[in-house]
Amino acid sequence: MERPLTERIRPGETNWLADYQKAGGYEGLKAALKMTPREVQEVVKQSNLRGRGGAGFPTGLKWSFVPLGDDAPRPKYLIANGDEMEPGTFKDRLLLEGDPHQLIEGMIISAYAIQAEVGYIFLRWAYKKAEHVINKALAEAYQAGLLGKNILGSGFNFDLYLHTSAGRYICGEETALINSLEGKRANPRAKPPFPQTSGLFGKPSIVNNIETLCNVPHILHHGPDWYHSISHSVDGGTKIFGVSGKVKNPGLWELPLGVTLREVLEEKAGGMREGLKFKGLLPGGASTDFLTEQHLDIKLDYKGVEQAGSRLGTGTMIVLDDQTCVVGMVHNLEQFFAQESCGWCTPCRDGLPWTRNILWTIENGQGKMEDLEILEGMTKTLAPGNTFCALAPGAMEPLQSALKYFREDFERHIKEKRCPWRS
Amino acid sequence: MLTDKEIAEIEEHIKHYPRKQAAVIEALKVVQAHRGYVSDESVKDIADFLEMTPDEVDSVATFYNLIFRKPVGKHVILLCDSVSCWIMGYENVRDHLKKKLNIDLGQTTQDGEFTLLTIPCLGACDRAPAMMVDNDLHGNLTAEKIDEILEKYK
Amino acid sequence: MVTINIDGKNYQVEPKNNLLQTVLSLGLDLPYFCWHPAMGSVGSCRQCAVKKYADENDQKGRIVMACMEPVVDGMRISLNDPEVKKFRENIIELLMTNHPHDCPVCDEGGECHLQDMTLMSGHNYRRFEFNKRTHNNQYLGPFINHEMNRCIACYRCVRFYREYAGGRDFNVFASRNRVFFGRYEDGVLESEFSGNLVEICPTGVFTDKTYKKHYTRKWDLTTAPSICHNCSLGCNIIAGERYGAIRRIASRYNGKVNGYFICDRGRFGYEYVNSDQRIKEPLRRGQASGQLEPVDVSTAFEFVKNIVSKKGKILGIGSPKASVESNFALQKFVGKENFFAGVSGPEHRLTLKAMDIMQNGPSNVPSLKETEKADVVLVLGEDVTNTAPMLALSLRQASRVKPMELPIKMNIPTWHELAAMELIQDERGPFFVLTPSETKLDDVATATYRNAPDNIARMGFAIAHEIDHNAPAVEDLTEEEKKLAKQIADELVAAKKPLIVSGTSLLNEKILEAAANIGRAIDKKEKIANLFFVLPEANSFGLAMLEDKALDQALQAAENNKYDAVVILENDLYRRLPASEADRLLNSAGKVVALHYLQNQTTEKADLVIPVGPFTESDGTLINNEGRAQRFFQVFYPQETIKESWRWLAGFMEDNGLVGEDELVNLDDLINAVVSDYPAISAIKEAAPGSQFRINGQKIPRASHRFSGRTSINAMCRSANQNHRKMQILPCPLPWKATMDRCRRPPCRVSGTLAGIRYRLLISFKLKLAADCMAVIPAYVCLNRAWKMNLIILKKCRPCSKHKKTTGWPFRSICFTAATNSAVLRPALKN
Ligand SMILES: Cc1cc2nc3c(=O)[nH]c(=O)nc-3n(C[C@H](O)[C@H](O)[C@H](O)COP(=O)(O)O)c2cc1C
Ligand code: SF4
Ligand code: FES
Repeated sequence: MERPLTERIRPGETNWLADYQKAGGYEGLKAALKMTPREVQEVVKQSNLRGRGGAGFPTGLKWSFVPLGDDAPRPKYLIANGDEMEPGTFKDRLLLEGDPHQLIEGMIISAYAIQAEVGYIFLRWAYKKAEHVINKALAEAYQAGLLGKNILGSGFNFDLYLHTSAGRYICGEETALINSLEGKRANPRAKPPFPQTSGLFGKPSIVNNIETLCNVPHILHHGPDWYHSISHSVDGGTKIFGVSGKVKNPGLWELPLGVTLREVLEEKAGGMREGLKFKGLLPGGASTDFLTEQHLDIKLDYKGVEQAGSRLGTGTMIVLDDQTCVVGMVHNLEQFFAQESCGWCTPCRDGLPWTRNILWTIENGQGKMEDLEILEGMTKTLAPGNTFCALAPGAMEPLQSALKYFREDFERHIKEKRCPWRS
Repeated sequence: MLTDKEIAEIEEHIKHYPRKQAAVIEALKVVQAHRGYVSDESVKDIADFLEMTPDEVDSVATFYNLIFRKPVGKHVILLCDSVSCWIMGYENVRDHLKKKLNIDLGQTTQDGEFTLLTIPCLGACDRAPAMMVDNDLHGNLTAEKIDEILEKYK
Repeated sequence: MVTINIDGKNYQVEPKNNLLQTVLSLGLDLPYFCWHPAMGSVGSCRQCAVKKYADENDQKGRIVMACMEPVVDGMRISLNDPEVKKFRENIIELLMTNHPHDCPVCDEGGECHLQDMTLMSGHNYRRFEFNKRTHNNQYLGPFINHEMNRCIACYRCVRFYREYAGGRDFNVFASRNRVFFGRYEDGVLESEFSGNLVEICPTGVFTDKTYKKHYTRKWDLTTAPSICHNCSLGCNIIAGERYGAIRRIASRYNGKVNGYFICDRGRFGYEYVNSDQRIKEPLRRGQASGQLEPVDVSTAFEFVKNIVSKKGKILGIGSPKASVESNFALQKFVGKENFFAGVSGPEHRLTLKAMDIMQNGPSNVPSLKETEKADVVLVLGEDVTNTAPMLALSLRQASRVKPMELPIKMNIPTWHELAAMELIQDERGPFFVLTPSETKLDDVATATYRNAPDNIARMGFAIAHEIDHNAPAVEDLTEEEKKLAKQIADELVAAKKPLIVSGTSLLNEKILEAAANIGRAIDKKEKIANLFFVLPEANSFGLAMLEDKALDQALQAAENNKYDAVVILENDLYRRLPASEADRLLNSAGKVVALHYLQNQTTEKADLVIPVGPFTESDGTLINNEGRAQRFFQVFYPQETIKESWRWLAGFMEDNGLVGEDELVNLDDLINAVVSDYPAISAIKEAAPGSQFRINGQKIPRASHRFSGRTSINAMCRSANQNHRKMQILPCPLPWKATMDRCRRPPCRVSGTLAGIRYRLLISFKLKLAADCMAVIPAYVCLNRAWKMNLIILKKCRPCSKHKKTTGWPFRSICFTAATNSAVLRPALKN
């Protein structure tokens, strides 16, 4: 099984430029620089690479919206989204700390494809090791003529900077991230216009997830056919899957898209810890819908998870066991979302704290049956399209699915006037 | 007054952006790195330096939760309170820390050594429960392990 | 025109606005908060949700925010779909979770947008059972009160204060449900437009302290449409009175002049009306005491008769702050040859010069609102923030016009504020400010130039020469000056709507000439320049239309001819002339009769002081800087000794047989007299309806419909010594009825918050209740376009009776539509 993204990464160590080049690094860049930007876009389109940041938008298609040509506004920007604050998600950290040049190469190629002159790596504050690693790798890349003016004699110029955040989950939302990069409050922007035409500093910009960008060098190096061949799905390539919660062996694994949920959970994560039973999981981070026992045999690709009523999201799963209270878990999630609301739109700003409060009362045995109605109403009010950005609808996904699958747990809290999971 | 060192660092960041006001978050972090937090006076200094008003700087500063606008202890403990850590025993770890340091969340110990704060998911879910002390990440926390870790910062 | 379908009904609409504005303009109900017609859409409150259907077959539809939707042909939407109604109800429920529900003690009460929207959306049962988040309030200065707990976070305040008005000492702080709108620290708000926060805020976070101080409620006010007297722009205002004192000035929407806003000087600068320096009864210098002593009205008349009957010659001195009618009455009283404009010679000649350029120059004279559309702005010598504040606000909008071409090119509609601003970022201008010292518009300027007035004029000539080489050249310019002149010239020539702003404040004639030359030069390029001159005072234009001679000639005349008396109209000569000259004038002109509302140095010297009403206690016409005649109306009837200046003067004339009995009884008569003597300004007649104007046979009421307040008002009237009693009895020679009381049914009930067109026609700007009065829209539009058409249109106006729908909420709005009319004199001048 091929693991192009992570095969070079050894725990706790970093591949510096020499290691990376020895392992075939920067070959993809050389290949790309021989093509026209449109051709590079075409290759990525054919590979069917879809965004790994959560939304799963086809990457090549996204790039194609950026105006090319001499009359396009300048400078254009490429931004790597390394905010990774979605609870339960810890995959980009691995790539950032273990193999920084893979990201840098991916960014140079992507920048070339859209003819961006400036790039930023937007990194969350808490990733201190990654900050250190990226800074050093950037210096290496500049030194080696891989960044800056006239890259590898191609005439292409690209400057790449690291920007570390000052906290807040909403910075991961691409337009909020752009505002944050401009030194503003990280409120999301209206879409349309999309960043591809009007983004950072009003100029055409692309925001891609770290993992997405790390796929690009390999696609260019080995071609789209190879990329499809390493997947078990119509979606190209591999995906880094992760599992956390009370499983025997939590961690991350790079696997072909299209593996089954059961394979990841039982073979890789080793199943549940002694004495615990699997109850459900969030397949792709905190803002995805619960899946349960009945879904264990679904294929993990974008369509497969969607058909099961959830989203592939970030591909990092949070497992709920039978001895953990689902109301408590959902309360914890909604506490997070309420806390991280940017405060721009009404449903999210005022709806999430209320949701959190109700869950708290239910968890503490003071809930009423009417509260469940309010919660259900909230999932409708904060549905996609009703709020300004996707944060609040994301927050509703675990809640609405918990109410669907585990309703009796909520009702038991209310009837027994206590949390049955707490002694 | 910003120190020469702070100014030099801020100027380094300004180079990365087409206009200097874009570096305001960086400037706040620079000051915080040197002084532990961003005082009212520093807000005004940064504003002056970037040709902004204090209102503009503070509007940004108060948005981001890792810009501290009040003094913190010598070491800042950021305890992850998100879902994976919660499942793996965040509440026990929190209670232990509170007892051990004899403070509540958001407070600083009497000796000014530690400030205890929570933070959303640290991206260490496979090592939950986790926390950061200053710039170091610590995972798989237990009561004993916490005692050991805190010792190192004393 | 495109067709859209709303709840099964087709409507023909212009596709230029967003869907929310379109829906509102059709007279349909849709609640909203964050959108504002002047500030566009940002989509944050999520209140204006509607259902949008993909095509005819789409049954389910999709919830969208109307304010963020463009109007496209064939679009099908629903406002009444149960799901979207429920959604809107939930949104208002969420907005109210932290609201303190302190309406009974809130100064917004009576015109609270939040109350109205809550009612409209149908949220009335509170399900939220948790603690509310609370905030501390800030001290924001003597004018604006801050109560953050009432905030619903629509972001209007910060958008207005910062983006629209350019203030930088106000912002939004913190995040999530803790967002806080205020200042970095307590302190006086610096913007000269801060008062608009009071009106922009849809709830009671920002309220007017000057109003709050007196525990007045909105429905206790008697109001009248008025015109601000503080500068030459003539912004439209609503003045509100209670118990014989002015309690509030609010902006009155006028789409040609001030739009939705006014400046702080206009809003808060009214307290002099209530001052204890007011002159309330005639004063005569006692022979024994040598002091001014109160006398009764007949004594005042006798005093004047004494002079006139001796065939005495009287010198008349007018005022650029008094109405056309009052100035005319004085002129008529003393005779044209004896009448002088009460302005210093240089200032008056400059005003005449400016008017001459406006009248004869090839350049267009835009309205204040039109200046917002200019794509290149040159400010020549005038610090407009100080001399005409609202012009500064307009020019700030103009500074975005050219940059806005980019969003337009990218198919981003200009009403999409959020997207447009992100795209244009800090791009402003081309915008040039040439002034002696720094101005508050420098922050949007492409380039500034600081020099003495004469040198600013030189730059102006140089610019004209750069545009048209036949215009006189300027010698000895520095390289830099040459470059700047060229840059400005190039931008002006390239512009679609070039605007040159200048004025009289530097008392420099050359600057005006230079501005005129630039206009002419642009004309040579087959383009139309826009020339906007700031004049010294509210009625400088009107006074200059009546009289060429100014105070220097008055002084000469006083010293050369033998005058028996001088009558000074609402003026203080010591502010217009050096004290020695004012002394000379007053000493050589015989008896001094001063008409004024406040004591000043001139009244102190007078032998007779006549108590007259300031703008709130009189009516008349002002002509603003662009030649727009606008009427202001008496807000209330003060004690009987106080009268409009023109009424006193008409009285003197009648008393002395200078006019026939009943010849000049009311304002209509006086206006007719002005028109027959000065055909050039006959348009003043059309500035507002005459006293015979009726809608549905009734006068327009100008107090709100009183519900809870009614009893107390009546009680007050019954008690002795209340002006209200008199007010009720006094026949009001105006198209306005004194109060709403005894009105059969409000002739015009207009809802207040509608889009551009209907928004702010009335007292209660934020009040939008069931669209009761669609019929007023055509009336309004027509009135504004051509007064003469109004009668035809108004026949169609059958408000109230037709629209039975009621929401149960006390209806308090009043239509001042008719008063928004204004007549522009310039075309008349030209012929
Ligand atoms: C509230 C919110 C938080 C997000 N956080 C992240 C994040 O931390 N990292 C990320 O890559 N994408 C995040 N996204 C998704 C981004 O908006 C965006 O879709 C993504 O960066 C695009 O990259 P991709 O196309 O490569 O997936 C977030 C979205 C939302 C609505
Ligand atoms: S849903 Fe609204 S309040 Fe929530 S984060 Fe997005 S824009 Fe901000
Ligand atoms: S979202 Fe449309 S008015 Fe606020």
